[in-house]
Amino acid sequence: MNKAAPQPLYLDNRENNTFRFILNELKPKGKIFTPFNIISIPVIITGLIIMYIRFTQGIGSVTNLSQEVPWGLWIGFDVVTGVAFAGGAYVLVFMVYILNLEKYRPIVRVTVLNGFLAYLFYSAALLLDLGRPLNIINVIIGNNFGVSSVLFLVGWHFLLYMLALLLEFSPAIAEWLNARKAHKFLSGLTLAAVIFGITLSVLHQSGIGALFLMAKDKIHPLWYNSYMPLMFVVSSVFGGISMVILEGSISSKVFEYQLDKDHHKQHDSILHGLSKICAVGMFVYFFMQILVFVHQQNMPYLFSPMGYWFMLELLGFVLLPMLMFFQSYRTHNIGMIKVASVLTLLGIVLNRMNISIIAFQYDAAMRYVPTWQEFIVTFTIIFIEIWVLRWIITRMPVLRKSPDWAKSNH
Amino acid sequence: MKKIDRRFFLKAMGVTAATLAVGTSKTIASDPAQEVGDLPELKGILFDATKCKGCHGCEYDCAWEHGLTEPDVIDEDEHRKTDHTRRTVVNKYNTSKGKVFVKTQCMNCNDPACGTACLTEAMYKTKDGSVIWREDKCMGCRYCMVSCPFEMPKFEYHSTNPKIQKCDMCYHLQQQGEMPACAYNCPNEALYFGTRRELILEANKRIAENPDLYYPHIYGEHEAGGSSWMYISPVPFEELGFNTKIQNKSYPALTKGFISSIAPVDILLPATLLGIYEATKKPKSGTHEKEELS
Repeated sequence: MNKAAPQPLYLDNRENNTFRFILNELKPKGKIFTPFNIISIPVIITGLIIMYIRFTQGIGSVTNLSQEVPWGLWIGFDVVTGVAFAGGAYVLVFMVYILNLEKYRPIVRVTVLNGFLAYLFYSAALLLDLGRPLNIINVIIGNNFGVSSVLFLVGWHFLLYMLALLLEFSPAIAEWLNARKAHKFLSGLTLAAVIFGITLSVLHQSGIGALFLMAKDKIHPLWYNSYMPLMFVVSSVFGGISMVILEGSISSKVFEYQLDKDHHKQHDSILHGLSKICAVGMFVYFFMQILVFVHQQNMPYLFSPMGYWFMLELLGFVLLPMLMFFQSYRTHNIGMIKVASVLTLLGIVLNRMNISIIAFQYDAAMRYVPTWQEFIVTFTIIFIEIWVLRWIITRMPVLRKSPDWAKSNH
Repeated sequence: MKKIDRRFFLKAMGVTAATLAVGTSKTIASDPAQEVGDLPELKGILFDATKCKGCHGCEYDCAWEHGLTEPDVIDEDEHRKTDHTRRTVVNKYNTSKGKVFVKTQCMNCNDPACGTACLTEAMYKTKDGSVIWREDKCMGCRYCMVSCPFEMPKFEYHSTNPKIQKCDMCYHLQQQGEMPACAYNCPNEALYFGTRRELILEANKRIAENPDLYYPHIYGEHEAGGSSWMYISPVPFEELGFNTKIQNKSYPALTKGFISSIAPVDILLPATLLGIYEATKKPKSGTHEKEELS
């Protein structure tokens, strides 16, 4: 696994026979028995069995979903939370391609790849949750367009954004396949893909918040407000960036051999910049929450179990990491940035789960608690995603630098 | 010559526009009946809680009509809910005026949240008033269930090809000119089938003629923007387990602002982004970057 040296030899082979090259690349590289593999393989196998049961005996056979709580962990975590985590892709391409902040270019590719895979696998999770998944074709072929539906908007923007992400990432695939003409063509499309990708992102990130607008009587008033679409966009900015910070810290350790020497210094400077964006984004978000809280006169709800839960989310997982981001920006404390990003991500999980599950039908007699099968399937999806991510990073120029011929096309 | 032509043209345009505007407003103003007549006459059912004796007959008729399992009423005091095996239930409530029976089912709203939520138009408000579910379109996302303020669409969780079960006021019977099964068979005349207009008149008449018997409110006349099913009762509706948090505005109105902001954002944001890109673009950024990288 840790061998970058035989790279030049490869380059010569691939030009002769692309098919054989791809076949060769499909083979696993590196050790099989790593701690990650030992944990993930049994989980994935169990998860696949559960999926089989789900398709042969119905959704109810493996989940605790009920007539009162129709959306559970698979939607609340995999889709609603996952999309916010993948928000880093649109923020970073905005910074690099629109604002021309060259400093962040080294992490753009890996972030876009992460975003694309996240969307790909969350759509898979969505298909698992659909009762009649084959009819999803109705939405695409225009059999019946429910254009007044928020979900229709989210679905289409989701789908088109996946295409945009794929286009943004496609130069890396072309570099891997040594397809020079295609590379030039695909690089030319990047700016268009970026501009439409950002637009699509803003709309589907807010659309996921708008999904819950009609559930006015079901969501606890501390969480429900008519600004949910806006809140979801703003929180996807710092949620996505926090994911970039965390994920970048992990992958720069795991894939250290792919990176050159000056990477660490560069990476610290990038994290430092990102922490400032997070801090400002969280300040805006926190301020908006306070505004809504005062405006809706939510004070009477505050001193109740749901109120304490709300305070934990807002003070412990928004205000605290926000202050940590500000502090670490001033003191150049990289360790604190990482801790703050983890807290922020937990805060995003809390917020999304609260709106979609915990504060949803908060006064119902029967509370929804996910089954172990729902958790296993969620982990299965995440693990498969990491497997695919690892497969791509070890083969394509994602973290390492592009081949020399590709640079002129940027 | 030319100038006069143009002026004449503009004048003519103005006169035409004014005529059109006045003309249209006149037709609306002069004939209010026309305006009402243009609206589709929605059918509905009025439930009179003073007349229901709690025989549960409508539950059996409904199950039979829609091929569902026969209802089992074991405990009279249990407040049952509709689910994927029963589209309607009748429950007993002990109220300030003694026991009152209430039938529960989908309200078939005038502007249904489920219909707006549905991205394949599987949930569909027909011109007759029924909110129907169409099997060939539904993808089973259950967004209708999330959106419905009355929590009425029910999902068959243990089926590999699940259906949504809810009252559609026997749309298939109405198509043949017949009445919904429950309204047709009710032995106590607690269910009254007709157009919404007739039902509201009838309900108001009953309340006016018997002010001591009825609580002066028609549940469903304005709730959630109005619905095809409406209720009159001897006691306030919160005593009968009705959701009184329901707003009078229709629920789809809550997402209208968001939906209508999509198109402007889709058009204006790309233009703005392109503008920012052009503004921040560094001259000869290509060569500069090359030097830095190599």
